[in-house]
Amino acid sequence: MPSLIDIRRRIRSVKNMQQITKAMKMVSAAKLRRAQEHALASRPYANMMQRVLSNVAAAAAANPDIAELPLLAAREEKRIQLIVVSSDTGLAGAFNSNLFRMSQRFVDEHSGAELRVETIGRKSRDYFRKRNFNVTGDYIGIVDKPTYEKAAEIADKMIDLYGKAEVDAVYIAVNEFKTVMAPNLVLKRILPVEVPEASPGNKNEEDKLSGPGGDQVVDYIYEEPPQEILRALLPKYVEMEIYRAMLESISAYHAARMAAMDAATSNAGDVIQDLTLTMNRIRQDRITREIIEIVSGAAALS
Amino acid sequence: MADTFQLEVATPERLFVDEQVSWVELPGKEGYMGVLAGHAPLLSILGAGVLTYTSGGSDEVLALDGGFVEVLGDHVRVLADHAEFARDISIDAARRQLEEANNALNNAHEPHDSAAALRAINQAQARLDAAERSTGRPA
Repeated sequence: MPSLIDIRRRIRSVKNMQQITKAMKMVSAAKLRRAQEHALASRPYANMMQRVLSNVAAAAAANPDIAELPLLAAREEKRIQLIVVSSDTGLAGAFNSNLFRMSQRFVDEHSGAELRVETIGRKSRDYFRKRNFNVTGDYIGIVDKPTYEKAAEIADKMIDLYGKAEVDAVYIAVNEFKTVMAPNLVLKRILPVEVPEASPGNKNEEDKLSGPGGDQVVDYIYEEPPQEILRALLPKYVEMEIYRAMLESISAYHAARMAAMDAATSNAGDVIQDLTLTMNRIRQDRITREIIEIVSGAAALS
Repeated sequence: MADTFQLEVATPERLFVDEQVSWVELPGKEGYMGVLAGHAPLLSILGAGVLTYTSGGSDEVLALDGGFVEVLGDHVRVLADHAEFARDISIDAARRQLEEANNALNNAHEPHDSAAALRAINQAQARLDAAERSTGRPA
């Protein structure tokens, strides 16, 4: 049976851990709020971009040249580039391992193709390096504070590779923020670009212009030919997708970390309670034993 | 028809402007264009330059660097790569930036370098123009 002093020491160390996990939870909560503000701030641009893109694409679709735009042309997927957005640090429960499991499944499904991996975040670099994947680039220390410049840099690299036909498709795997409780795992293709449908939320305003029942394509005056606008717009769209993925990932990460640290704090509480119980029992045993000794000693004397 | 419209200027990082304005001048790729309320739907690429708008009788000036503009109904939406309020730009810093960009152009040998330097010059010029314009006119 452990001695009283050992148990006291353990209780003290678990209490210390609990304090740390509680503090980490608080820090993540604050960072989550900031990350969400960032994500929110990028939304107007993303929404506008999406609508403009779908309109321009619809207008340009009438022109046969559109198929020749390299970023839209789909090819047989022989060489696939996968971008995996993880976090730099752990302590967030199954945040990264779920992401890697999904990526692994994707890899298994596309075993016929040559695969290259671009890793954003230390965890995904370590994972894919260890398993001898062809890691073409890694970015560490950028997910914590995503900047548009960094996202653009990665996007431009992808666009370049795709343009030179060194890869036939680019996919991105990321934890998107859905609720604080559970992130939403997403694996989607970013190249070739799939032009978004005009979303119903934006329909009203355009309906006013094109009359009731009119379709959503707006008859713009094009200062430049639609193809040219599209050519300038598509890279921006890819950049935005990657930027958004990074923002989502960091929000989801802090949410997961908050949940993990909350669980750790309450587990520590359970452990403390168990240990306290054991400690009291040992103490009672000892007191009982001492009383028995005294009583039996007194009985022997009389 | 109302004589104001909603101007929105957003960069990937944040929303800069979201207000009712009566006039806006945009740095189009092929030259400046002014937009008043009731403009026909229009899409254009923007270059580096100065965006000016009038809201409630006073002018606001922004330096832009590339992007797109969509004019649709009573909305003008600017998707800028970079944007900055002129009042946040220091003229001296902008002037230095322009000088540096000019030097970079003079020292550039590769076509790639000079293209980058030209872009930097345009950017710096836009910031300087914006800063000068905002101090030249009382806001």
